[in-house]
Amino acid sequence: MIKDAPGARDYDWWLLAIMAAICTLGVIEIYSATHGSALVGMHTRQLRWLAIGIVLMFVFSRLDYHLILDQAPILYIVGIAALVAVLLIGHSRFGAKRWIPFLGEFFQVSELVKLIIIIVLARFFAEVRTDELSLQDLIKAGLLVGVPLVLILKQPDLGTALVLMPMLVVGAFLAGLQWKHAAVIVIVGVLMLPVGWHFLKPYQKERVTSFLHPEEDAKGSGYQVLQSKIAVGSGGFWGRGFGNGSQNQLGYIPVRYSDFIMSAWAEEQGFKGVLLALGLYMALLLRLVQNAQRAKDRAGMFLVMGVTAALGFHVLVNVAMVIGAMPITGIPLPLMSYGGSATLFVFLAIGLVMNVRLRRFVN
Amino acid sequence: MSYWFRNDNRLPQERLAAASYVIVGMITLLLFGFWKLQVIDSDKYGQLAERNRVRSIPIIAPRGRMLDRDGRVLVDNYPSFSVILLRDDMIAVEKSLPAIADGLGLSLDDLHEQLSNTDKLPKFQPIVIKPEATPADVAFIESHRADIPLLEMLMVHRRRYLPDGFMSHASGYVGEVSEQQIEASNGKLRPGDFGGKSGLERQYNDLLVGTDGMRRVIVNSVGKEVGRLSQQEPIPGKQIQLTIDYDLQQVAEDALAGKKGAIVAMDPQSGEILAFASRPAPDPNDFAIRVSKEEWQRLNEDEDHPLMNRVIQAQLAPGSVFKIVMATAMLESKVPPENFTAFCPGYANFYGRMFKCHIYGKGGHGVVGIHSAIVHSCDVFFYNVGMRMGIDRISKYAKMLGLGSKTGIDLPSEEPGLVPSEEWVQRVFHHKWYPGSTISVAIGQGAVTATPLQLAYMIGGVANAGVFKQPHLLKDAQNVGEVKVPLAEDTVEQVTQGMYGVVNEGGTGGASRLEGIEFCGKSGSAQVMSNTQRQRMGKDKKFKDNAWFVGYAPRRNPEIVVSVLIEEGEHGGAVGGPIARDIIKTYYEKKDKKTHGQTTVEYKEKPFNFGDGSEKKEKPTPKSAPKPEEAAAVVVPAAAKKATEN
Repeated sequence: MIKDAPGARDYDWWLLAIMAAICTLGVIEIYSATHGSALVGMHTRQLRWLAIGIVLMFVFSRLDYHLILDQAPILYIVGIAALVAVLLIGHSRFGAKRWIPFLGEFFQVSELVKLIIIIVLARFFAEVRTDELSLQDLIKAGLLVGVPLVLILKQPDLGTALVLMPMLVVGAFLAGLQWKHAAVIVIVGVLMLPVGWHFLKPYQKERVTSFLHPEEDAKGSGYQVLQSKIAVGSGGFWGRGFGNGSQNQLGYIPVRYSDFIMSAWAEEQGFKGVLLALGLYMALLLRLVQNAQRAKDRAGMFLVMGVTAALGFHVLVNVAMVIGAMPITGIPLPLMSYGGSATLFVFLAIGLVMNVRLRRFVN
Repeated sequence: MSYWFRNDNRLPQERLAAASYVIVGMITLLLFGFWKLQVIDSDKYGQLAERNRVRSIPIIAPRGRMLDRDGRVLVDNYPSFSVILLRDDMIAVEKSLPAIADGLGLSLDDLHEQLSNTDKLPKFQPIVIKPEATPADVAFIESHRADIPLLEMLMVHRRRYLPDGFMSHASGYVGEVSEQQIEASNGKLRPGDFGGKSGLERQYNDLLVGTDGMRRVIVNSVGKEVGRLSQQEPIPGKQIQLTIDYDLQQVAEDALAGKKGAIVAMDPQSGEILAFASRPAPDPNDFAIRVSKEEWQRLNEDEDHPLMNRVIQAQLAPGSVFKIVMATAMLESKVPPENFTAFCPGYANFYGRMFKCHIYGKGGHGVVGIHSAIVHSCDVFFYNVGMRMGIDRISKYAKMLGLGSKTGIDLPSEEPGLVPSEEWVQRVFHHKWYPGSTISVAIGQGAVTATPLQLAYMIGGVANAGVFKQPHLLKDAQNVGEVKVPLAEDTVEQVTQGMYGVVNEGGTGGASRLEGIEFCGKSGSAQVMSNTQRQRMGKDKKFKDNAWFVGYAPRRNPEIVVSVLIEEGEHGGAVGGPIARDIIKTYYEKKDKKTHGQTTVEYKEKPFNFGDGSEKKEKPTPKSAPKPEEAAAVVVPAAAKKATEN
């Protein structure tokens, strides 16, 4: 019935080309940001992660996504167990317990959990047979996301926890979310904001307040945003040139090779470079939506759109943070920011998309 | 394999299309954000980036040194580091203040006070929070560059004065400029800058002060200097050479050790000050950093007035030194005539009151003419002269000879002294002049006051045949003022012969004779208060007289005049005379050596140590009794001796 025999031409080579372009920008900027510092050589490590990611992506794409979806309940349990394990025995870095050692590297379990939630939600929404999403199903989906979300918040990792939300929102929307439900959720959400405030860690509160009142915290996270904005703004239209951004080269941009890489890119390459980078991201996301539109079944579509939601949210929140339009949440820019777990997540997610695409004609 | 997904290929195409629009909208919004920053506000952020990157660090110009007349260093600089606080970001400053106070060992209250004191200054101007940083402070700043990027080290030049207040009343001292000065300077001065506060430091501040340079450097995000953009070299302040002779100054300082008083030595031919000492004196090195309020208050309230520059600010009764004014006035005005004599039984009565001569109780001077009146300082003679002359004539000549007005020395805050007159009494006390007061004024008591410098100026001018040169401390002073008082040759001759007699004819300065040198002078022992005042204060309380001696050499056209004041020294001739003698002796010793071409070599060999007190102790203290034969052998070589004996 399901023949596992897709050919090389069935891969989305356009999508891969866009990804390759984005990764190239990332590696260039990582090199520029670190070549003169103690972090020199980071770009080669990023290249290694990219290589591993590509291999994993192809491997992952060969495995029929229906088989993966079949195992969704088990994956979910494994994911929750891993999150609990991190909280119990995980490795603390930068004041948060997010890492577990694996094959000599430290991995962020929450990145894997993001992938699992995409799969679990796809399975869940694919099983909803009605045209309109019932409140009952909506609540079930909410609970499915809620448990890992709370566990990730406990690490604490607000950024990753937040990424689960657009997956749920987009999934529910495509599964036929009713407007009245959406309205109720929005209202309840707004009302719950002050309650949620109490659960934020002090540094998270500080980030939010400094976002709202940057002038009161010029040396804390407000300082970071300000420096990022200075970098972006001083780049002008044409940019200050590769390796010439003073904000980047002198270290004024916080974590310029990772979360704030867009800031470094914008400084050195200017608005024209931003246009190129954001153009590539838009192409990437639209290409993903196109893949969803051409999926063979709803399950495949939900998978692809889950990935789209996650990546789109990453791009939005990261880039908005760089220009000071959103508070700092510690979400990396997919494919450009340096990072092992985050890069591997993106490639595995794209692997899922390829998986769906490869099987669009198979019956 | 389960079949939960079968027959389900109805995709929500509309909602998927909506997702595409959301993506396009999102990217467009982000691009607008970048457009605003990178195109619209690009200049603003470009400037901010430049301000991040570039830090301007002042390079403090060293103040000019002060040298003595032979080129020996009197006031020098040494490098030191100040901790400055960058105040651009007051919120960060407030936040880091406790950590800064702790790390630098400062009190938090002090820091707050300094900040509020400098509140009005522009925020980009850093303030000095700790002068004289210790190695521990440097370590603290370096290790906290990342978390407290508000501190910076600034190399400054601190003043180093000779120890123990040597010449400190002439040199003065520097201090941090006040806020008012900063505001008035149009940005030339910064908080923490130093300026002359008193003495020569203040007088010649514009010469001494240099122009600070500026170094523009690239700093990274943790404040580390990674590159240099440009450097504007500082222009050091001008070095000034003083007329002071270190050796004479040393003798003067030693003579005043443990005493209250003043010594000034000057060349009347040129007006050059050779020595200038006032004691007690503060050590300006204590002020070179930052003087505490308590210390300042202590100095101000000290009964001995260490901050008073006695050479130009002690306005005291000149006592018998004033008789030189009287003698000159008498000979010039012919009132009474030149051959006037008086009989001194040890006292005299005027206006129904008895006025004692200083010899009272030990007999009298007998019949006294002007020469012996000067030599023996006979009060009765000058009472009579004063009575005949009248206060306004005394006043006229006193003023003519430089009393009652500033000498014009190149130092701030000189006092004019006082020469009383009928007009003055009327103006100040609103009553007529009591003729009895004239009697006191005639011997330099009563209302008349003068500073040690004025007396040196006066005697030097008279001995110089009426040519008064403006006293000054700057070696190459331009336009030295000169006052010519038309004195008759006979007047000068008689008065100088009198002063020669004071020392050489068994007069009041007889103890100070110098073999081979025409050492002349006039002593004075002045009451601190008038007799009536003293009675009012109570008889028990003892007020010792101030001792004066103004000596000079040679008798006509002197090269050096020395004015000595020892407060509560009692006997001018016995106490002040030897001091003036020692200075003049040292002057001639040097002069004779110089003519033999030895001096310079010897000076160079002599170690000149700052801050080392031992040198001073090794120096032989001036001998109290002169040994003529030894002095002759060492001091006066045959040729020079011959000359002076003529």
